[in-house]
Amino acid sequence: MTEAVRKPVLAVGPFHPLQEEMEFFQLTVDGEIVTDIDVRISYNHRGIEKLSEGLQFDQVPFLVSRICGICSASHPLAYVQAVEEIAGVEPPERALYVRTIINELERIHSHLLWVGLAGHFIGYDTVFMWAWKYREPVLDLLEEITGNRNNYGNVKVGGCREDIPDELVPKMLKELDAIEKKTEMLTKAVLDDPVIHARLKGVGVLKKEDGIKFAVTGPTARGSGIAIDVRRDDPYAAYSDLDWQVISQPEGDVFAKAVVRLLETIEAAKMTRQALKKLPKGPVAVEVKEIPPGEGCGHAEAPRGETFHYVRSDGGNRPVRHKVRAPSFVNVPSFKASCIGESIADVTITLAAVDPCYSCTERMAVVDGRRNVIHDYASLLQMSRAKTTRLRKEIGAPEMKLEDI
Amino acid sequence: MKQHELDNRLSTIEDKLIRIERRRAPSAAEGAGDRVYLLCEREQVFEICRFLFEDLALRFVISTGVDAEDCFEVLHHFANDESGCIATVRAFIRDRENPEIESITPLIPGAEWIEREMHDVLGIGFKNHPNLRRLILDDDWPEGVYPLRKEVQT
Repeated sequence: MTEAVRKPVLAVGPFHPLQEEMEFFQLTVDGEIVTDIDVRISYNHRGIEKLSEGLQFDQVPFLVSRICGICSASHPLAYVQAVEEIAGVEPPERALYVRTIINELERIHSHLLWVGLAGHFIGYDTVFMWAWKYREPVLDLLEEITGNRNNYGNVKVGGCREDIPDELVPKMLKELDAIEKKTEMLTKAVLDDPVIHARLKGVGVLKKEDGIKFAVTGPTARGSGIAIDVRRDDPYAAYSDLDWQVISQPEGDVFAKAVVRLLETIEAAKMTRQALKKLPKGPVAVEVKEIPPGEGCGHAEAPRGETFHYVRSDGGNRPVRHKVRAPSFVNVPSFKASCIGESIADVTITLAAVDPCYSCTERMAVVDGRRNVIHDYASLLQMSRAKTTRLRKEIGAPEMKLEDI
Repeated sequence: MKQHELDNRLSTIEDKLIRIERRRAPSAAEGAGDRVYLLCEREQVFEICRFLFEDLALRFVISTGVDAEDCFEVLHHFANDESGCIATVRAFIRDRENPEIESITPLIPGAEWIEREMHDVLGIGFKNHPNLRRLILDDDWPEGVYPLRKEVQT
């Protein structure tokens, strides 16, 4: 045998243990410390770009809303903006407001979903219960407007498919007040907790310069001090009429990303309320007959970052090329910068911190080659939670009983 | 194109990109935003991307590979978040038999995945790419079949 030491590799996947998504992380470890990471994706490649070339322009929004069940408002929006750019169509003002309202509601429910899951991963099941309970009324509101809790399919080239009925506005305003109050309470509870500070601060730091190199977007960028937001930088829908702030934090750790998302949720509730109060009268769509030859870029700020669509038309009724870039495509490779040097217990939450999109399968085995230990979903979760419990004891916080249930 | 000629053109681009001011309200006349397309041959793509990414500090968004029947096109999209402008470098690869272009991954690590994706689905080679393994296609997928090319039917 040669002296060459084979480094142990922890295989996380092909089904991500916590995100329940098909991604395969191979972590090279030295004891508990991760020294390298390799990512394999595309276990669930559906060929949407190719399918889109076979569909007519007005059918594509329904296809792209199925790229992601959570971001099912922002993908079609980015697509129709690209097509509207080619055709030079301006949607009516009311449609712009309806688009804004639906996209902000989507942001509220997506961020609450993440906060709940992040709490679950580090052993705060109370946070999980709260956040998901507060998320329910948002989904119900979306169902009342569009007919669906997800996959709204509400935008089309030239406007929107469904209008917000005027009689729904008072109910929505009431719900939004409640959501904002509850989210504020949740934010305070999370940000004031010394154990969460100890658990998440300084963990999985993505430095600003690494963020720029890896071209990250959304809360992942804003948590690293890169204050970019398509809603402000290239205003679309009705965002330029609203009064709001881009939230950013300089630290780059998991805690900063959590702060950004929580504060953005409150901001989104405020924006939705403003948009509802300003909602102009009039139709929600204009007729669009032909799409001339040309090319267009559309981008929208999805909950996870910038969603980018490039569409090329040759004057026919189908796109000849349609490129889709979901935010996780640039956010996930940044693990190469944020996970190295972390311990395995922290990698769990670091991988969750960019909030990659969710799918529906859950299975995993982590094999430590040197010690021949097999970790499964439960034991990895256990490791992450054990660290929280240890920190809690060190700080002297009271024992939490709920996670035993 | 000679080096000084390229430099001259790039400085013109700089004037155009930097002078754009952020739009306050979208309107029909202006379209959805400012879009700049920079057309070039494949030999110049690295230099132009270096200029946009390093000198002008634009944000890399993504790349698009296009099968344009008589040639291949690689489009690198960059965003200027100060002005809301999207600058797209559109490089033509005329050689259909053996399409190859210089990789921008050594410059922008964030381009690694998309170049691997274009290599998988369109069969475009990327010179100097550090890691051109398959990303999208399964290991069992046959060699030499590129699903996003026009001859492959849906």
